Amino acid sequence: MLFHAFLIKYAEIAIKGKNRYLFEDALVRQTRIALDALEGEFQVCKERGRVYVYCPEEYDYEETIEALKRVFGIVGICPVVIYENKGFDRMAEDVVSYMQAQYPSFRESFKVHCRRADKSYPMTSMEVSAELGARILDAFPGCSVDVHEPSLNLTVEIREKIYVYSETIKGPGGMPVGTNGKAMLLLSGGIDSPVAGYMIAKRGVKVDAVYFHAPPYTSERAKQKVVDLAKLVSRYSGPMRLHVVNFTDIQLYIYDQCPHEELTIIMRRYMMRIAEQIAQKSGCLGLITGESIGQVASQTLQSLAATNEVCTLPVYRPLIGFDKQEIVEISHKINTYETSIQPFEDCCTIFVAKHPVTKPNIKVIQRSETRLDEKMDALVQTALDTAEVISIGE
Amino acid sequence: MEAYFDNSATTRCYACVRDIVVKTMMEDYGNPSAMHKKGVEAESYVKAARETLASILKVKEKEILFTSGGTESNNLSLIGGAMANQRRGKHIIITEVEHAAVSMPASYLKEQGFEVSLLPVDAAGVVRLDALEELLRPDTILVSVMYVNNEVGAVMPVAKIGEMIHRKSPNALFHVDAIQAFGKYRIYPKKLGIDLMSVSAHKIHGPKGAGFLYINEKAKVQPQILGGGQQGGLRSGTENVPGAAGLGAAAAESYRDFDRKIAHLYELKERMAEGLLSRCNAILNGMPVKEGAPHILSVSFPGVRSEVLLHTLEERGVYVSAGSACSSHKRKASSTLTAMGLSKGQIESSIRISFSEENTLEEVEYCLSVLEEVLPTLRRYARH
Repeated sequence: MLFHAFLIKYAEIAIKGKNRYLFEDALVRQTRIALDALEGEFQVCKERGRVYVYCPEEYDYEETIEALKRVFGIVGICPVVIYENKGFDRMAEDVVSYMQAQYPSFRESFKVHCRRADKSYPMTSMEVSAELGARILDAFPGCSVDVHEPSLNLTVEIREKIYVYSETIKGPGGMPVGTNGKAMLLLSGGIDSPVAGYMIAKRGVKVDAVYFHAPPYTSERAKQKVVDLAKLVSRYSGPMRLHVVNFTDIQLYIYDQCPHEELTIIMRRYMMRIAEQIAQKSGCLGLITGESIGQVASQTLQSLAATNEVCTLPVYRPLIGFDKQEIVEISHKINTYETSIQPFEDCCTIFVAKHPVTKPNIKVIQRSETRLDEKMDALVQTALDTAEVISIGE
Repeated sequence: MEAYFDNSATTRCYACVRDIVVKTMMEDYGNPSAMHKKGVEAESYVKAARETLASILKVKEKEILFTSGGTESNNLSLIGGAMANQRRGKHIIITEVEHAAVSMPASYLKEQGFEVSLLPVDAAGVVRLDALEELLRPDTILVSVMYVNNEVGAVMPVAKIGEMIHRKSPNALFHVDAIQAFGKYRIYPKKLGIDLMSVSAHKIHGPKGAGFLYINEKAKVQPQILGGGQQGGLRSGTENVPGAAGLGAAAAESYRDFDRKIAHLYELKERMAEGLLSRCNAILNGMPVKEGAPHILSVSFPGVRSEVLLHTLEERGVYVSAGSACSSHKRKASSTLTAMGLSKGQIESSIRISFSEENTLEEVEYCLSVLEEVLPTLRRYARH
């Protein structure tokens, strides 16, 4: 069946009082961005408190649904068939033919729900619903009306034209990206960080990302993998800027000056410091990491405290209470898993000590870091100055 | 400066190859099976390439089968050879150091009920003839040995192996993977007792996606690709005219001025080897430099991981390949180096430098000077 439009349902954003229009506008904008990537023309309109996507030209139904399912803020997507408004009898015929096309041997319970945008229509909504229900009962022997728990909910909207829909495809939920500010994701090549970015974007937060690479210890392919992951996340979060920071000299300097079992923790502290500086310059209101308690040595509560200590911006860790398997499931759902497991070394793993500290004492770490006083400021500045910025999904 | 020393992975096309490939794509683009003039034109390119290859190997034209490259030639030899001859026996021998394009089909055959024996190599990567003598049986139907090992450049005693196979296992087909050897050695299958021989175009400055299999006219091979019956039904599918023509041109060019080219390769290799030993504190793997293949040098720098060294060289325009690909997620040691009994440190720090006739002594010197510059730092930041 050819659907002429999609009604976009949203829940949470409808309750935001006076700010409601901001959220609806963001939803319209994000929907447009998602559909822009597809072939065909789409018109996204806000009409009387509802959002419609009109498809005046030929389009790929499956692809369109997939794209809409990635727009946060959408709770449901209803494929709509639009008929001309030419009197009640004609409308009844159209509704019956809709039913015949959609549910050829319909024998279950149903309910007709009518909405009149055009209040000058000669019948009330109740009358229209009742009369259409009767016509359907005539056309489908064996079906029945159930107004409380129908197995099919048929909606007929009377506007300049007649809108008919009966199916709601589940959307991703959440809130439209751009309604809750921006945050900086620390993106590695692993499974967790893309999922973390997805989770925060789902709450309406625009996401930029920072990646630390360490050539020649990490390869061009490792960097390409992160770019690919950023693209996959941006399918949900919308366009983002990926900052690629060369971390090699900082890492080697730490290796030269500090106890090796503290390498990872000190390295992570510098990553946070650098990420925070880039975040503040880009107008981000927080950092996002894919950490989960106890997953590795650098994610014990002590280690998290030690890395957290160097930041003033809040650090959002949406996966903090998730098991690996739960994270893997989401990564499958958002299609990042296959890319994440490509075997390229990332810079967190190249200088790992055999027995890294798992319960770092912040005082001890701070003391170790004083050995870096001589050159570190300059190295950090160089890393910031030479960072490459890649625009993703634009 | 840029120095491409990864010629065993692939080579740059000769200009004459490019020209003939373009011509067969843009002007003489007919289907060689078509009955009209356009078809005849296209067929003449395939025929000319076949003639060239047959005359280089001193074999009959009908013994040349065009394929999509080395992997297909090896698959057809192993699977097609085993399937066609399984009534005479089910025993197959391959070496421990074969390329995956041979060892994977052999594993497949094992699953299909064939018995596969692995022929060991010595510390230089050369197959042990005494072991072969023991493995060969009357019911052996296929023996597959590479001519030149792709990782260390070890050269196998193909003539002796051929003689021994036909003496001890008269039913066996002798397959030689000559992908790294063709163009570097004058190879005459009839003299060497070779029944099947795989060659790839892109290792000899030809196009990718093209290659051939020499099939002795008396050898039986079961086709693996069925269809329109092209190439005598042995390999259906419209002939890859640009590929075949490019392969023919590349082969002819490779054997033109042959002795000078090989001498040049050995000069490059020896200069590199001397420099590596005297200036870079390296360990050379495999056969002595002059005995190994002219274009392949395997070398280890204990304490330096191959992948890191590779990327360091890459940053300075020097391209080599890592002897073993390892990463935090997956550690896969080279099967050849392992079979040779090298230490873990030697394996994990090995790179392969492979030359082509286009390389120069200046490039060798540049590579050595880069190594001298970067190795001290890399050795200092060794992984724990």
